[in-house]
Amino acid sequence: MDYEIETTMTLNGTQVTRRIAARTHLVDFLREEMGLTGSHAGCEHGVCGACTLRVNGDIVRGCLTLAVACNGKTIDTIEGVSDSGEAAEMQHAFHERNALQCGFCTPGMIMCAIDLVKNKPAAKREEIREYISGNYCRCTGYHAIVDAIEAVLISKQRLGGKS
Amino acid sequence: MKAPKFAYAKPATLPAALALLDQHGEEAKVLAGGQSLVATLNMRLSSPAILIDITGIAALSGISTANGKVRIGALTRHCDIERSAEIAKSVPLLAQAVGQIAHAAIRNAGTLGGSIAFADPAAEWPACMLAVDAEFIIAGKSGERRVQARDFFKGLYTTALQPKEILVAIEIPLLGAGYRSAFLELARRHGDYAIAGVAAIAKLDAGKFRDVRLAYLGVGATPILAKGAMAAIEGNAYSAEVVAAAQQALGRELDPIGDLYSAPPTKTHLARVLTGRALAAIAA
Repeated sequence: MDYEIETTMTLNGTQVTRRIAARTHLVDFLREEMGLTGSHAGCEHGVCGACTLRVNGDIVRGCLTLAVACNGKTIDTIEGVSDSGEAAEMQHAFHERNALQCGFCTPGMIMCAIDLVKNKPAAKREEIREYISGNYCRCTGYHAIVDAIEAVLISKQRLGGKS
Repeated sequence: MKAPKFAYAKPATLPAALALLDQHGEEAKVLAGGQSLVATLNMRLSSPAILIDITGIAALSGISTANGKVRIGALTRHCDIERSAEIAKSVPLLAQAVGQIAHAAIRNAGTLGGSIAFADPAAEWPACMLAVDAEFIIAGKSGERRVQARDFFKGLYTTALQPKEILVAIEIPLLGAGYRSAFLELARRHGDYAIAGVAAIAKLDAGKFRDVRLAYLGVGATPILAKGAMAAIEGNAYSAEVVAAAQQALGRELDPIGDLYSAPPTKTHLARVLTGRALAAIAA
């Protein structure tokens, strides 16, 4: 029986191949094997959302994804979307609106927020709250986070209207 | 916590998956979307010798309509159902329910078949399957068999599925004109498992409810088809008296398990409230 599986994935645009223990979830693999510590392991049972990342373009729970099940898949983490500039506007809005304090939830929150901008560009505040309901924040009370996401949505809608 | 040690296999075909299951029996667990299984592994509530990842079997995904039935492959993800125009048109109850399943990040991975096979009594799909009168297609070494949703849920996390079988597809009979549905649940946080919920379908025939189905989640060891409440409504027009009769009948057929937040009488009360709202929504 195979307890370690050779696994190849495209991680933030770069193909990587590693032998990975089947029991390792994606966040532990990223943090401990690849040194990508932006995805946070919070509850490790799918409740808190601090581990939110993208597999094949869709946001998922990193802690509920086995690393070996990512063979052949494309993974994007907060490091990837930061370096590419994809998350820049959202990160700037979080900074401007003070939408973080301790920062533990922030990578997962940003991954969720840029997914919302992509999938629900016309979302109102209530829909923003619903969309981020799977991401716990214990500092901000969410209000500032909703403000930041709303600011990005409004800014994009204005730009869209001009073009 | 971290998952215990286990082996992993990802067969490319259903026969290969069934052969692995046959070889390992109860030591094996079938991995679909993993949104419940991986959590139980991480919490060490489950310690299989091997995980058989069936997500590489393309034939187990997809939505199609033929012969008066909608067929949904077991590996079809919640988000696929959420985005399906075919489901919105043919089985609107599922479209009404899907947004209340957990959160976007979980709906992108979790599957219809996984939710049914896991059979959490507070989950949305098992109750919906009772309401739409679904039939489950189950594959084993000796071929396929079919089990009605109404005969499938046996007890807490216990189903008619045998250890060496895999749920491969769900078939839902199309309903004719005049049917309406509502899905309502109450949870402490949007996306959490419901305290109580109801999946309701009925035909409105000259203002009277016909073919009423009321299936409840979160109020017993299994999803519950409330036949007494259904009978109290059948053939009647919407009125405060009919709602009250259904709510009264409900108290005799629900057997909620209390949890940290809600005692059994609270859950029964909330199920009654949701029943009134669902009937009002269907009659509106």
